[in-house]
Amino acid sequence: MISFDNVSKSYPGGHKGLSNVSFHIEPGEMVFLTGHSGAGKSTLLKLIGLLERSSRGQVRVGGRNLTRLKKREIPYHRREVGMIFQDHRLLHDRTVFDNVAMPMIVAGLGHAETSRRVRAALDKVGLLRKEKAYPVTLSGGEQQRVGIARAVVSKPPVVLADEPTGNLDPELSREIIDLFGQFNQVGVTLLIATHDLELISRLNKRTLVLDQAQLSQDRPATS
Amino acid sequence: MILERRRKKSAKMSRRNRVQLHTWLARHLQVALSSLGRYVRAPLSSLMTTAVIGIAIALPTGLHLLLENIQELGGSWDGTATISLFLHQEASHEAAAGLARQLNLKPGITHVSLIDKNQALQEFQRLSGFADALEALGENPLPEVIVVEPASDRNTPEAARTLLTELQNMPLVALAQLDLQWVQRFHAITDIARRTVAVLASLLSLAVLLIVVNTIRLEIQNRHSEIEIIKLIGGTNAFIRRPFLYAGIWYGLFGGVLAWVLVTLAIGLLDSPVDKLAGLYNSAFVLSGPDFHTVVALIGGSTLLGLAGSWVAVGRHLHEIEPQ
Ligand SMILES: Nc1ncnc2c1ncn2[C@@H]1O[C@H](COP(=O)(O)OP(=O)(O)O)[C@@H](O)[C@H]1O
Ligand SMILES: [Mg+2]
Repeated sequence: MISFDNVSKSYPGGHKGLSNVSFHIEPGEMVFLTGHSGAGKSTLLKLIGLLERSSRGQVRVGGRNLTRLKKREIPYHRREVGMIFQDHRLLHDRTVFDNVAMPMIVAGLGHAETSRRVRAALDKVGLLRKEKAYPVTLSGGEQQRVGIARAVVSKPPVVLADEPTGNLDPELSREIIDLFGQFNQVGVTLLIATHDLELISRLNKRTLVLDQAQLSQDRPATS
Repeated sequence: MILERRRKKSAKMSRRNRVQLHTWLARHLQVALSSLGRYVRAPLSSLMTTAVIGIAIALPTGLHLLLENIQELGGSWDGTATISLFLHQEASHEAAAGLARQLNLKPGITHVSLIDKNQALQEFQRLSGFADALEALGENPLPEVIVVEPASDRNTPEAARTLLTELQNMPLVALAQLDLQWVQRFHAITDIARRTVAVLASLLSLAVLLIVVNTIRLEIQNRHSEIEIIKLIGGTNAFIRRPFLYAGIWYGLFGGVLAWVLVTLAIGLLDSPVDKLAGLYNSAFVLSGPDFHTVVALIGGSTLLGLAGSWVAVGRHLHEIEPQ
């Protein structure tokens, strides 16, 4: 589903984001991505969502070679990759419902279909009661769940999460991780960047470890 | 069988196309309305921009109308390009009247009047105070005069000159005189005025364009994070562009309507003084407002300017925003 083949990314000014990284993730896998701060976790996720382009090597997602993807094709690629951020990135002048509906509206789906799916996604993250609320009135954990609902509402085959539990207390973090576990059970491929080792140990999943822009370990799930 | 299936398939296709057209229209309507909503929710800044656009467009429109009115006035003014025919001294009154009738039938001439020389003499005696001197002359020194008014479509200097030459060559006519200078000056002045209005209109249109570009640029900046998020979740440039283009359309449309209102108000204010003035000159002249075509051109043009301005702003600034 996701494969990196000798991928390097250097930022302007010579900063190394990633250096010679190769790995392969099967459809339906759930993988953690960890490493110290500045190791290149966000860079790796950005390459998958095409927020950045690789400097060298090939990135493939769902059979699509991202290196060759034209600029105008990027939006259609992003519709198949749900992204979740530490800072949620919600639209603060729109309700929870409207925020979650955005990917459906952007993709031009009809009204009835949109409503149905948005409610289903909100129900899944336990926020159906708050559909008319504005993000500022929600707690951090609730805002993150809105972000998650938005990432999964259009049922993308791949979901990426960058430090999704970064600002949350341990209990909320566990809830969020369990939610990811549930998505994985219905076949979504998940890649979750986190430096919270306790969370990683909670679910027994494959873990990629980055160290100074290089892939230092690829630990499979222990069976 | 195959045909049947194909027919079914194409029926299904056209139904789907119709549905797609439906959602497409619905989506555009929704975007148009939501950008209208944004306009209404920030009334102060929207109204300021609209007012600037309205005033900038009202100015050349008002001048254009004024010019049209003046031209109409020039065209209908008695004596604008009248030609006076001074007949030979020996021409009798009957011959003069005959010529006047003949001229009246000529195409290109709207009005002919004959000034009886005896009548003219009496009037002159009465008004000039030279009664005694004229008495001493014994004979009436004034010729018969025919005043010819060319049709308004011949009211250009060239046409008037051609008519003049023709009349000059008539046997009864001693002298044909046209106040051509006046006509020429009038045309020269209106020509300069028309060009001035055109230059002004172009400059102010450019100003309107720049105002819209700047307004939309600011809006794009204000909605920077929103644009970023929409790009993150797979919004195409066309999708992101749309609300800004509609915003430009609304600015242009409302600006144009405001310009129309301003021009109409200005004409309303000028109406009664102009009536009074026209009354003093025994003229039936009335100030006319913008006609239907002018209003359509005004509002349509301003809407197009709004769209063009937002297109420029969006083209320059949207691609600068990429999600991080
Ligand atoms: N936009 C950028 N410009 C320059 N350097 C960057 C940029 N983004 C990240 N980096 C550098 O790339 C390296 C990896 O960063 P990042 O992928 O954010 O790491 P992590 O998410 O693991 O903390 C760091 O050294 C960081 O300074
Ligand atoms: Mg990071």
